[in-house]
Amino acid sequence: MTITRPFTLGAVAYDPKVVTIWEGFKDWFATRDFAFDYVLYSSYEAQAEAHLAGDVDVTWDSPLAWVRTRRLAAAAGREARAVAMRDTDQNLTSVVLVRSASDIIDVAQLAGRAVATGAIDSPQATLLPLAHLADRGLDPGTSFTVRRFDVMVTKHGDHVGGERDAVRALMDGEVDAACVIDGNQLLFAKEGTIAPDAVRVLSRTGVYDHCTMTVLDDAPRFIVERFIELLLSMSFDDPEVRPLLELEGLRAWRPGRTSGYELLEQAVDRLGFYGADGTILVEGYPR
Amino acid sequence: MTRERTTVDLGALGFDGGADVLVKLALADRQVGDEIAVRGEHPDLAGHVATWCRQQGHRWRSTDSPSDGDAIGFIERGSAVSARWIGAERCGHADPTTEGAIDAAPPASWGLAARGAAVEPGGPTPQFRLGVREEVWTDRAAPLYAQAAAAQWDPATAVDWSAPIEHDLRVEAAIVQVMTFLIENEEAALVVPARFLGQIHPHFREIQQFLAVTVADEARHIEVFSRRATMSGHDLALSTVGGRTSLQTLLDEPDYATASFLLSVMGEGTFVSLLGFLERHAPDSSTRRIAHLTRADEARHVAFSLAHLERHAHVEPDLRSRLARAVEQRHRALQGTAGLNEDVFDALVVLAAGDITPERVRTGWQHVQALQVEMSDARRARLARLGFTAGESEALSSLHTRNFM
Ligand SMILES: [Fe+2]
Ligand SMILES: [Fe+2]
Repeated sequence: MTITRPFTLGAVAYDPKVVTIWEGFKDWFATRDFAFDYVLYSSYEAQAEAHLAGDVDVTWDSPLAWVRTRRLAAAAGREARAVAMRDTDQNLTSVVLVRSASDIIDVAQLAGRAVATGAIDSPQATLLPLAHLADRGLDPGTSFTVRRFDVMVTKHGDHVGGERDAVRALMDGEVDAACVIDGNQLLFAKEGTIAPDAVRVLSRTGVYDHCTMTVLDDAPRFIVERFIELLLSMSFDDPEVRPLLELEGLRAWRPGRTSGYELLEQAVDRLGFYGADGTILVEGYPR
Repeated sequence: MTRERTTVDLGALGFDGGADVLVKLALADRQVGDEIAVRGEHPDLAGHVATWCRQQGHRWRSTDSPSDGDAIGFIERGSAVSARWIGAERCGHADPTTEGAIDAAPPASWGLAARGAAVEPGGPTPQFRLGVREEVWTDRAAPLYAQAAAAQWDPATAVDWSAPIEHDLRVEAAIVQVMTFLIENEEAALVVPARFLGQIHPHFREIQQFLAVTVADEARHIEVFSRRATMSGHDLALSTVGGRTSLQTLLDEPDYATASFLLSVMGEGTFVSLLGFLERHAPDSSTRRIAHLTRADEARHVAFSLAHLERHAHVEPDLRSRLARAVEQRHRALQGTAGLNEDVFDALVVLAAGDITPERVRTGWQHVQALQVEMSDARRARLARLGFTAGESEALSSLHTRNFM
């Protein structure tokens, strides 16, 4: 790069509030004399490819986008780094819910039944729970029927709609089980989508991490350091910053880590979503 | 500080059914870093609580193998839940009589917050044009509002709408004319405070409340005068340009103190006399009753305005000359208009006469003369209360619109 551009972040526009969030961050970074801008993509796949092409310096990645970026980078002899994440991105689980009155008390009983999931590319509501069931001897689509609720495909399940539809199908008796992220079970209970005591957790996945700020090895190191330093300094106690953090759903930024992506890496392989080089293998995925 | 650990017992409750409410209550009086123990029998409690703690910024530590009745784990209180209190400012006090309850210039950022609440910093800054205490405040607002709230009457039952009408048709026509006149005046008395109501900073809640109940009063006045006008099957009478022009000058007044002065001290005050006249002289019981009810409301509207302007004039001595100029200006603006609708004047005579005979009309005429004297005397007394000299009061009273309001 000859002319320095502002440190540029790629993010996926899964909701209009994404503009509010990054405009707010941009303003806030400006008050810290940090030149920052952002580019919005309509899909994580396009964002990952743009990142590899050098169009942006950092990407705000879904866990699945991290997996693909890491694989694309590795295939090109490069390295991706997970540099920051939200406190709320760490140690998540997904749950397989059944109706409380259901006769299903053991995962094995899902054989021959219908299981609702989120979008085809949702790590939390499709890939991780399906791999979790596969690990327990239930092959998705063979041992049981998968009813997918494809809301905003290519946005990696960021939109809550697919999970909500899955749970509605469960409540309506259209399916025997539904897969959602743990936090959404509580959300759906609070908003009334799930009636009190209407569901129980049949099974829970292992612990995993969610979104991450990803950089590649050619990112300007000092600027990346400053970017991380500024993120970590954002305080929920600060009334100026708090609305931004609330919109983005965190209380504090944490240093990045990759230990929480192991389960998803395995799920991606097991379900054949991406190849080892980051190629998209899954059928019927719009590009 | 004692580090004794509280235990929150959730019974069979899960976080999908309200357990978080109990946990929040248990954490409320704990310091950041303190732990509470969690006990409960919900089958997925540990999963729920871990998720919830992550979302709330608390730390969760589960016990490895809880035996019967033991805690399933411990929540360490995080700092995020109390972040909103940092820098939160008490905006005055709910009780207006408390020292410092009413701020002289409440910031826009307090916005719609309840007076006395702790206001989290940041957020919208709605602009309320009437945002300075000295411009709007009076301690009398709260008791007058309470009085108004207690005195609300139901137009449907407070008046006997089936009372017989035994007077001459021409007397009834006079009543219809008077009602037609009253209604448009009541409209002005509704619209003017309604326009200012939305501009008052919510910190001055008692002022808002008084203006709001005033608007409701005027709505009822409009209703009962309309019902009375049409009670005998007549069409409403004439609304004149002169009357509406006089009222328009009230609508056009942008200054709150001036508008309140012209509308209430001068206009509604004059109406108190007029309604007293109707209560004494109307030939039928429903008109007398309506006049009685509306007069009590109007007296309250006048009392509020006098109290507010008395205080305002005290803190801003120039106010009086501003108000005097406004009366003079209004007088000049209305000089070219007809003043009181001649039909209204005649109708008042006929109404007070109660019958169409020379003797009765003479009596009616005398009552109307007496009314005008009473109106003028009462106006002077109100002006004197605001600190105008006898000479000033005399002069200003004489310049008041002939249209009464
Ligand atoms: Fe009125
Ligand atoms: Fe009034």
